[in-house]
Amino acid sequence: MTITLNEAIELITLEADMLDHSEFREWLKLYTADSLYAVPIDPDAKVEDLGKILNYAYDNAEMREKRVERLLGGRSISAAPPARTVRLLSRYRMLEAGTESCTLRCAQLLTELRQGRERYYAADVTFRLKRTEDGLRINQKIVRLLTSTEALTAVSYIL
Amino acid sequence: MQDLPDPRSLVNTDYADGSIYSNPELYDMEMDRIFMHNWIWVAHRSDLPEPGNFITTFVGPHPVIVSRDRKGDVHVMLNRCRHRGATVCERKSGTGASFVCPYHGWAYGLDGALRGVPYQEGYSGQLDKKKYPLVSLRVEEYNGLIFATFDKSIMSLDAWLGRAKPWIDLFMKQGAGWPVKTMGEHKFTFPGNWKIQLENTTDAYHFPIVHKSFLDSVDEETQNTFDFVGGKGFVEDLGHGHSVMVMIPELVDLDENLDAAIPERFLELAEELSKDYPPEKVRQIVRAVGGTGFNLNLFPNLACSMAFFRVLRPLSVNETEIRHIAIGMDGGPESANEARLRLHEHFQGPMGFGTPDDAEAWDRVQRGSLAGRDIAILLNRGLGHEAKREDGNLFSDVSAETGMRAAYRQWLAAMTDEMAAAETGV
Repeated sequence: MTITLNEAIELITLEADMLDHSEFREWLKLYTADSLYAVPIDPDAKVEDLGKILNYAYDNAEMREKRVERLLGGRSISAAPPARTVRLLSRYRMLEAGTESCTLRCAQLLTELRQGRERYYAADVTFRLKRTEDGLRINQKIVRLLTSTEALTAVSYIL
Repeated sequence: MQDLPDPRSLVNTDYADGSIYSNPELYDMEMDRIFMHNWIWVAHRSDLPEPGNFITTFVGPHPVIVSRDRKGDVHVMLNRCRHRGATVCERKSGTGASFVCPYHGWAYGLDGALRGVPYQEGYSGQLDKKKYPLVSLRVEEYNGLIFATFDKSIMSLDAWLGRAKPWIDLFMKQGAGWPVKTMGEHKFTFPGNWKIQLENTTDAYHFPIVHKSFLDSVDEETQNTFDFVGGKGFVEDLGHGHSVMVMIPELVDLDENLDAAIPERFLELAEELSKDYPPEKVRQIVRAVGGTGFNLNLFPNLACSMAFFRVLRPLSVNETEIRHIAIGMDGGPESANEARLRLHEHFQGPMGFGTPDDAEAWDRVQRGSLAGRDIAILLNRGLGHEAKREDGNLFSDVSAETGMRAAYRQWLAAMTDEMAAAETGV
């Protein structure tokens, strides 16, 4: 059966909730082993070309695990404690849907609070989801920040 | 009118007053005396390799265009139309033949010459276009690094860089025989004064403390490489506020020690490169990928920092923009350049494993230093065993604050216009 919009939204909403509630180890399990999590700088770069250029993050499974260890380890001064975040996903659009995988795009508005400062990041997020034996999983998450080519501030959490 | 602050009362050999990070009048003086009267780094040669290429950037608070004209000469010009003052270019980079002001259509060449003025008859012959080019700054280049200054009277760039030049040459060996090129950048701001960042590039002391979580994320061999505090490295004052901090002495000259074993984290890359290059070249490339073992701090806004360029731009007394520019081998193997990009992403930038922790520390300095009055910022680490080399350079151990003392000596000289003091040292 073709993956439905509701199925897809269920998974990525769960992901957003886990990230906002520091359930990072569980978060790792939402991804397939060969998956990519990337936060590009170049707004026009195609996903397949991201490896050849500089990004904010270009994480395979190993780097994602390291990122999680950093957030939970308490040894990073910018993440001890980590920023608190609230993110909203909306404006979902299924770009491509099949029985085994689908590509979904949505908007994400994230508010961060750290050291008494509130900051905001808007982004277009594109997910590629895959059906696996364990259910639907994330195979690719590309976070395209509205301000990717502007000066950001320290983002010591997962977008 | 309020009297200007007296810089002499704020900075001494081995301490500074906390207000140097937060006094707005002092900041205004710096923007004038430091950022308009010293050589300010604006671009790398590879940012504008061909005639017609340009970028826009800043010299202190002043927006500028850096362009390469038809003859190949580089110009640095204020991004300001001579008519009403509008910026004539808002693109970050590009290729073109002219800059046209969007307001009334005044058009300037790549060299800044005013070429066209719409409806010129309205000036009744009273507008001599030759008198109104874009305002040009002085431009000089050393080994691909392009600097500009408003000041027509200061010493040449060559003399200004002086004893820092051999270190620039060493840094550029990261091209592994190819020219160095820029490969994109991470740009971020932190809520603090620019001098906090200036200090940081010559501060080895913080590394094992602030970057614990980065060290946790690399293999043991790399951890040992970065375990340099208390090691054989050193900080050396190179004059004019420049300094070098050698953290990993074995990685000073990347063309040497080519027989050394390839670190485990680069074995896969080495194997990949072996398909196209002989063993000696593979070792040279791999060593270059890992970057140099030193930070070269060039007063006031550039650092050649291990494997990237760090550029600072003051935005206000308590806000600073930092760019971490990735570099690679122009024409070199793609796999090696990609490895460099991944290393850059791992440590640098707003989502790196190093930068956010640095930014947190700088943020804390800005906020904490507002507490109380007349409390010193200490700059005396390593002073007790500081010594002088035969060439006159002061040096001390790797975690010494010799580089900061060098920068603040130049700061004081520029702020009080006593260049001679900086020339001879204290």
